[in-house]
Amino acid sequence: MVTSLLSISLGAILINNFIFSQFLGCCPFLGVSQKVDTALGMGLAVTFVMGMSSALCYVVTGLLNALGLNYMGTLAYILIIASLVQLVEMFLKKNIPSLYSSLGIYLPLITTNCAVLGVVLLNVQNSYNFIESVTYGITGGLGFLVAIVLFASVRERLQFAEYPKSFEGFPIALVSAGLLALAFMGFSGMKIW
Amino acid sequence: MNIKKQFKEGLITNNPVLVQLIGMCATMAITTSMFNGVGMGLSVLIILTCCNVVVSLLRKIIPGEIRLAIFVVVIAGFVTIVDLLLQAFVPALSDALGVFIPLIVVNCIIIGRAEAFCSKNGVAASFIDGIAQGLGYTLVLMAMCFIRELLGSGSIGGGLIDIANGFRLTLDGSGAGIQIFPSEYGIMYMILPFGGFMTLGALIALMQYVLRKSAEKKELKEAQEVNE
Repeated sequence: MVTSLLSISLGAILINNFIFSQFLGCCPFLGVSQKVDTALGMGLAVTFVMGMSSALCYVVTGLLNALGLNYMGTLAYILIIASLVQLVEMFLKKNIPSLYSSLGIYLPLITTNCAVLGVVLLNVQNSYNFIESVTYGITGGLGFLVAIVLFASVRERLQFAEYPKSFEGFPIALVSAGLLALAFMGFSGMKIW
Repeated sequence: MNIKKQFKEGLITNNPVLVQLIGMCATMAITTSMFNGVGMGLSVLIILTCCNVVVSLLRKIIPGEIRLAIFVVVIAGFVTIVDLLLQAFVPALSDALGVFIPLIVVNCIIIGRAEAFCSKNGVAASFIDGIAQGLGYTLVLMAMCFIRELLGSGSIGGGLIDIANGFRLTLDGSGAGIQIFPSEYGIMYMILPFGGFMTLGALIALMQYVLRKSAEKKELKEAQEVNE
């Protein structure tokens, strides 16, 4: 049990990182990575939502299966995720207003973050049990956190770099993300137990 | 309503991926063979057109505060329909795209168009907009597939074109594609995530270059006219 949880965790953080090997959650990854602080806040918020939605959606999946309504899965999951994000938004607005204002439009957009819906769908696809689902959700979120913080620190340096004018903005960010993905590929040969 | 202008916007000047910079996850993830790219592009086109029409029909009834939740429910409904249809009739595509078909629900292109265009425009204009933006998305996916597949495995049209038994299109993903050079000479990295980021970065840079040049040319022309 412990070994399987460990292999899920390491897999989600390093080997099959959500951003660098599965391309899940690229929009906030590219959008909210100008500053390390904001990136950290975003990563933590996404980790929380991913963990919570893994747990809730596991219960809902069981319920839908019992009722024979599996095909309603996607619809149910997205509604759960939307209400969770609303909850996080209300919490941040009340308790950490500075983070709330710096995340801006990207906070409600966690709903449409494919990493969140992706982790729920992957849980169902891999038929993980409750503990495995929650572990995969939280560690997947941590993988996202690692990726976005690393990338934000790269991007802070990019401001001083010289590159062709056409690469300004997104293209140079994508190229640097590509190089980070290349670095993360070093983990892809790793096998755990 | 101006059909020509809408198509020009969808395909070039307001292309969803290259100019609006949305819907990039799937663009980078699935563009490893032409079969996946065309399949994904057409699925998004169909869902986008249907959602545009429905949202535009409902735009006067939907209360402003909860509009996003309603859009999401409409989108999720159409995505489920397409997902089930693909599983039944094109299982090869459903297997190849995996979670990225249900993930169309959270593709920003669809909710973005619903919010920015359909909640303000009529049904016919929204229908045309869905087709134009969907085609723009499909074309970008096809360009990405073409570059990555050619450089990565030396073939064109993998899964979609079969030349072993005469030239024909295969809709079940069984065709091997046209081999330009042996696959062992390909740059394997182009098929891997690294290639996805790089190719999209290069394509957006190309688009920015073209748009900037055409804007400069226009300015120059206007300046000349003023001088004359």
